[in-house]
Amino acid sequence: MVARYVGRRLVQAAFVLWLAVTLAFVAMQLTPGDPAQALLAASGATPDEVTERRTQLGLDDPIPVQYARYLLDLVRGNLGQSWLHGRPVGRMILEQLPPTVELSLAAMVVGVTMGLGLGILAAVRRGTWLDTVATTVAVLGLSTPTYWSGLLAILLLSLQLRWLPATGEGDLRHLVLPALVLGFALSGSIARLVRARVVEVMAEQFVLAARARGLPPWRVLFVHVLRSALAPALTVIALQFGFLLSGAVVTESVFARRGLGKLVVEAILWRDLPVVRGVVVFGALAYVLVNLVADLVHAWLDPRLWEELT
Amino acid sequence: MIKWTAPLRRPLLRQPLVLAALTWLTLAGLGAGLASLLAPAGPLVADTHRALLPPGPGSPLGTDPLGRDVLARLLWGGRWTLRTGLVALAVAVGLGLPAGLVAGSFGGQIEAVLMRIVDALLAFPSLLLAMAVVALLGPGMGSVAIAVGLAAAPAYSRVARSAVLEVRTQPYVDVARAIGSNEWRILIRHVLPNAAAPLVAFAATQLGWVLLNGAALNFLGLGAPPGTPEWGAMLAEGRGYLRDAPWVSTFPGLTLTLTVLAANLVGNGIQETMRPQ
Repeated sequence: MVARYVGRRLVQAAFVLWLAVTLAFVAMQLTPGDPAQALLAASGATPDEVTERRTQLGLDDPIPVQYARYLLDLVRGNLGQSWLHGRPVGRMILEQLPPTVELSLAAMVVGVTMGLGLGILAAVRRGTWLDTVATTVAVLGLSTPTYWSGLLAILLLSLQLRWLPATGEGDLRHLVLPALVLGFALSGSIARLVRARVVEVMAEQFVLAARARGLPPWRVLFVHVLRSALAPALTVIALQFGFLLSGAVVTESVFARRGLGKLVVEAILWRDLPVVRGVVVFGALAYVLVNLVADLVHAWLDPRLWEELT
Repeated sequence: MIKWTAPLRRPLLRQPLVLAALTWLTLAGLGAGLASLLAPAGPLVADTHRALLPPGPGSPLGTDPLGRDVLARLLWGGRWTLRTGLVALAVAVGLGLPAGLVAGSFGGQIEAVLMRIVDALLAFPSLLLAMAVVALLGPGMGSVAIAVGLAAAPAYSRVARSAVLEVRTQPYVDVARAIGSNEWRILIRHVLPNAAAPLVAFAATQLGWVLLNGAALNFLGLGAPPGTPEWGAMLAEGRGYLRDAPWVSTFPGLTLTLTVLAANLVGNGIQETMRPQ
């Protein structure tokens, strides 16, 4: 049964990924413009050279052949070639990945900590002013653009108080402000989710039973309520991965950090479409994998799911 | 058929936060609509003698590096930012609603195909998806509105589908079917009116999302041409003067945040009133 569930989930993930990759191919085909021309535009190539390059790139082949080649290339990890730099897109992404991953992980830590704190506080003190404050902070997190909270953070913590460097990268101190800003944005949705789950679980019979047995409130909360409330929350936190990657792109720009954000923004401005497509396909791949792992971990923690889902 | 606004209107207006949010949205809309009356000089009048003036008489929110009045630019900028948001919302609802309604009502193969496409689109991080659409269409304000709308559509269709599925379990739908109504009639006469509250609630939340992300693309320089008084673009222009003239970027940011917050609060408010007491 376990093997069947895992197999089914794998097929599903592969299918979604195939469809996403195909949509990216179709979108690219629908866009006017000659890639060979674009690749050679900078060097001022002759029409003959462009024709030669077209053949070389296989752009004269029928679309199904191009599509098959595109899929095969992807399976081999080849994301195509930048029109602007003539370099492999995959390598360009890998070069820019570390600072983005660093920021995303740090923001995840901040966001989950803040989100759990606010969500649990709001749920436990439901209906009081603490609930109102925590819920308001959560909605603020959801509504405040990181490109504004980022500037405010720079203004206050960096320019006024001179505690932290404003922009750039290097040591951990450069990571603090971007991680706080992106983590705050992330905490909003996590806090809402955690609050809803904890409120739901606190109304369950077993919580009442635990209270009736005279267990101290903190024990009821941490041992009984949270254990049951947070397992499903984990998969939803994994779903925030896409949000995190999107948010990192903007946050990087605010703090003038290197990373995927800079890569993709420049590629759009220069209409370097293979790079844009590469980053987007890479994002989809990462998202599907993260969710696959989260689902499998969740099912492993809660074996009832094997039965429900197979 | 229940008139869906009836159970909603009073409890909504009794929530002070929702009331404040609706007031703010009305003010922002009025400010943008009446910009030509409120700031007749327009958003582009530069006067280098009045560059980077702090908020004070003559320029309530200060002036920018070219001596343009920040308040006037905010009012005019509302036209760009709010219009982008509304166009994007129309795209998201216009694509997502029919897809979700049809998938939820007819099921079977149609639902399977539609929902797999939605799954595939949801696999792309949403802002990256919007950025890819901008890349394909070429940078510009119109591209940004369409791109953000397209990126929001899959999530809307998901919500629309589950709203339909929930209403369809109600006994009155069975009754309608028993007296011979076809699926289209059930959809339009029964499902749509009764699913309206969650659909409107999520549309309000989505408005917040498209405003936030539309302005984000403008902030990144992928939309409005330089100098356009769009709130995100204004933020980007002001960030070079953060130390000496923080008002240039702070006020656009505050305006945008309040607007997004208001949209989210309205969405929350509608959801709260739907929750069984």
